[in-house]
Amino acid sequence: MAAKRLAVAKTYKIYIGGKFPRTESGRYFSFEDKQGNVVANMCRGSRKDFRNSVVAARKAQPGWAKASAYLRSQILYRIAEMLEGRRDQFIAELQLQGAAARAAEKEVDLSIDRLIYFAGWADKYQQVFSAVNPVNSSHFNFSVLEPTGVVSILAPDDSGLLGLISNIAPAIVGGNTCVVLASESKPLSAVSFAEVLHASDVPGGVVNILTGFRSELTEFFASHMDVNAIVYCDGRKAVARTVQELAADNIKRVIARDQVDWLRDAQDPYLIRDTQEVKTTWHPIGT
Amino acid sequence: MALTALKKKSARLPDLSRIPAVDEVGVNERVARFQTRSIKKAAKVEALKLILSMIDLTTLEGQDTPGKVKQLCQKAIHLHDALPGLPHVAAVCVYPTMVSVAKEALAGHDINIASVATAFPSGMSTLKVKLDDTRMAVKAGATEIDMVISRGRFLAGDYRYVFDEIVAVKEACGDVHLKVILETGELGTLDRVRKASVLAMHAGADFIKTSTGKIQPAATMQVTLVMLQAIRDFYKETGKMVGMKPAGGISTSKLAIHYLVMLHETLGNAWMTPEWFRFGASSLANDVLMQLMKQSTGVYQSPDYFSKD
Amino acid sequence: MAVTENKLAFDGGWGYDPAPESTDHIKVKSRYGLFINGDFVKPEKGKYFDTVNPATEEKLSRVADASQADVDKAVKAAREAYRGPWGRMKPAERGKYIYRIARIMQERAREFSVIETLDGGKPIRESRDIDVPLAAAHFFYYAGWADKLEYAFPGRTAKSLGVAGQVIPWNFPLLMAAWKIAPALACGNTVVLKPAETTPLTALKLAEVVAEAGLPPGVVNIVTGAGATGAAIVEHSGVDKVAFTGSTNVGRIIQKALAGTNKKYTLELGGKAANIIFADAAIDQAVEGIVNGIFFNQGHVCCAGSRLFVQESVADEVISKLKDRMETLIVGDPLDKNTDIGAINSSMQLEKIQSYLKIGKAEGGDMHQSSCRLPKKGYWCRPTIFTGVSQSSRVVQEEIFGPVLAIQTFRRYDEALTKANNTPYGLSGGIWTDKGSKIFKMTQDIRAGVVWANTFNKFDPTSPFGGYKESGVGREGGLHGLDAYVKLGA
Repeated sequence: MAAKRLAVAKTYKIYIGGKFPRTESGRYFSFEDKQGNVVANMCRGSRKDFRNSVVAARKAQPGWAKASAYLRSQILYRIAEMLEGRRDQFIAELQLQGAAARAAEKEVDLSIDRLIYFAGWADKYQQVFSAVNPVNSSHFNFSVLEPTGVVSILAPDDSGLLGLISNIAPAIVGGNTCVVLASESKPLSAVSFAEVLHASDVPGGVVNILTGFRSELTEFFASHMDVNAIVYCDGRKAVARTVQELAADNIKRVIARDQVDWLRDAQDPYLIRDTQEVKTTWHPIGT
Repeated sequence: MALTALKKKSARLPDLSRIPAVDEVGVNERVARFQTRSIKKAAKVEALKLILSMIDLTTLEGQDTPGKVKQLCQKAIHLHDALPGLPHVAAVCVYPTMVSVAKEALAGHDINIASVATAFPSGMSTLKVKLDDTRMAVKAGATEIDMVISRGRFLAGDYRYVFDEIVAVKEACGDVHLKVILETGELGTLDRVRKASVLAMHAGADFIKTSTGKIQPAATMQVTLVMLQAIRDFYKETGKMVGMKPAGGISTSKLAIHYLVMLHETLGNAWMTPEWFRFGASSLANDVLMQLMKQSTGVYQSPDYFSKD
Repeated sequence: MAVTENKLAFDGGWGYDPAPESTDHIKVKSRYGLFINGDFVKPEKGKYFDTVNPATEEKLSRVADASQADVDKAVKAAREAYRGPWGRMKPAERGKYIYRIARIMQERAREFSVIETLDGGKPIRESRDIDVPLAAAHFFYYAGWADKLEYAFPGRTAKSLGVAGQVIPWNFPLLMAAWKIAPALACGNTVVLKPAETTPLTALKLAEVVAEAGLPPGVVNIVTGAGATGAAIVEHSGVDKVAFTGSTNVGRIIQKALAGTNKKYTLELGGKAANIIFADAAIDQAVEGIVNGIFFNQGHVCCAGSRLFVQESVADEVISKLKDRMETLIVGDPLDKNTDIGAINSSMQLEKIQSYLKIGKAEGGDMHQSSCRLPKKGYWCRPTIFTGVSQSSRVVQEEIFGPVLAIQTFRRYDEALTKANNTPYGLSGGIWTDKGSKIFKMTQDIRAGVVWANTFNKFDPTSPFGGYKESGVGREGGLHGLDAYVKLGA
């Protein structure tokens, strides 16, 4: 009779600039399953982890924005491929996070499909949302979308994978880079998703994922002066107020996704447009 | 001293790659701004008189006869005697064969005799013929020569040929003032207008002139502005002033005043004299006279009261 | 071109006689009430303030100072009109009302231009050729959108928001009113608008036009007042959407004030645009672009090209030509048709500009001003340039909102780009070069909402306008300008 093999437990880290450090703070919080067993000691990300993430995101942003739409499309598709390959792992993790088997399966499948959906938009949203403007003078005038830059995302708490992906995908498909605070109550799948990203040709720094306490980190996500937009998915009025007040310090774009049904609603190019700027260019028409 | 003399002799083809680009829409916008200037009262009267004094009264037709040229000269001397204190025009402009007629008719008057030359208007002849044409006009008494550049050569990129030709004509002119006609209506772009202007000035042009009047479009404010800017840059670089003559298509006082505004705001006061600016025109003078008469009497005028020639 | 000692002389000699636009057909009442629910009404507290002609310092009229109670009344009227006739009206009919406004403005264009110039100090040439025609064109453009919104947002349904509270600045008083009101109405909203304290008259004239066009009472309400009135509108619980154009500081305060309220907002804020001249540019047109970029409307322009970057190999030439050109700019009576640069909008603004001139000199900048004579009365500032300044200078970093240009040189593309983007602002930018590929690269690389290549300070109703970064949120104008006034349903 063979001895029972001891399973190797996974260390859940955070994802910054294409690397998997632990939090610089050395702090942790325990993630427990329904029975109260500690499944993992999650990094309790800090203000400095966030700061480092923004530096990484800023550094990666111009290059990512310049990558061709075709390339961004293929990279998003690649993420979906990698996720498909680890489908079982994610279903198991979602169950650990409290989902029923059927629901977990559905969420993972929808997550994969949502990535494919946004991958397909990479080279199309520009055509839908840009314009040639018939000005009343001898000028050629056109408006195109450009990424707003670095986006901080407070991912929804109630949807650990699909909600996360539904916010990351539209931001990055449009050439933004992002720093994401994972669901506090369902953090496992976010870290595993970082591993998927890491294996998917996504350049380091394009997506940065932290785990930690919402109450502690929200203010930094909202106030950082080198962040161009903040997405929050929290219906609480006090949170909305804090985010919006702090965001005003550098006139951040504030995108509230507090009433979104992630299973049904988030397949929409307007989510891409949320973190885009409209740039209008003029040039004379002459000989 | 010797060095200066040497420099004068050997005009050198300028570095045409250093000529700044011209944006047509920007030029149009600037011209539109000149046209919004509102010139009233004393400033208007002063402008109108200045315009009269800058006119090269012109007849350049195959049907020109001594009789017609004599009438033109009469007009040059007696613009409108009913209005006292008028200046006379700057010059009459005729074909070489008519220079002697004009000379006789203008005897005793301080009015220049400009002659077109160099196989005007097309310029399609040999250098020898062009030089003979020039010398003949000078010999007959022309005080100013209006030559045409070889546009075909210019468009073909043979700038050296065009340049040398101007240098040679200038030499044939001696002390007589040389106006170089670019025929901008055949050059096609403002970039070429600018380039031809620079070429002509470096080759020794005393004036640069837009048009023969035989090709449409003739003078426009746009090409004139580009040429004025070339003159300004040439002056800033070399200290040498060059004159400007828009010709053809300027037949109303209002338009001529806009040209003056443009001149004033581009080159400044020093150019605001007949020595440095001319209008090549045949019907402008009477419109200016009607305006002056209106300013003086307060009554709108009829062309019937102003002599055609 | 080598720059030598050979100078041009523009002064003395022939000059232009005064050519003042006549004002005899203009009717400005000695006192204006608030335009609420289709009528001019007295302010609840009976307070009024003066509006002054900045070119003469003479009082033009007295204008009501709206209190909270007045704003309440205006919002209530707007709400009732929204629930009532305007909200129920067929979109095509709504559009026809907006067309009417455009047409009446065109008919009364002369009156609007003269009053704009009297009240704000801008040259009559600009109010006549730019502000008023563009304002009318804005109404004309958005009128046509009223019954076509389903084509503007593919896959979604656009619904109106309700009552829009709008606060506008003093630099383009009528035009900004048009930018705000036209799209709001086209999308089916009603409006409470506050013009700037120093320039309320054309908005009140616009109220007359609204009445003349027969819009249902309450659809457009114009309340005058200062900052407190603006705050009362922004913070009013009956307002569903806030649109503000003005300084970044006030924009920030508004964004904070709206936190947690679910009100939609658009902010059109400050700027410090880079205007970049490469050596291969059409230099003479670039010089015009510089002039138009910074001296248009006395430099009271949020998208003014207030930071000039010139490639070193042409810097001397460009600056020399710019100085010549500055000598030909006519500063003075805004009503004179030949005036290029009018009066500074207020004594406060003049003080601010003058303080920056002192700062610039104290920072070691080399200040040059044109030699023009200035009128004795009124608020004036000569066209001014600073050379010898750098990114660390305050006159380079801060928005002056006056005819003051800070000039720096650069050697390489990257250097120009880095410095151009080295600002918290991102409203506009300019680039001048004859090379197409460089234009496309630079216009992409500049982080700003409007980029002018080989031109500057051009505006059009069809063309979206608005900033990146601290220059604002949202766009005005064009298809994209509709977004600010709708919510998107499934």
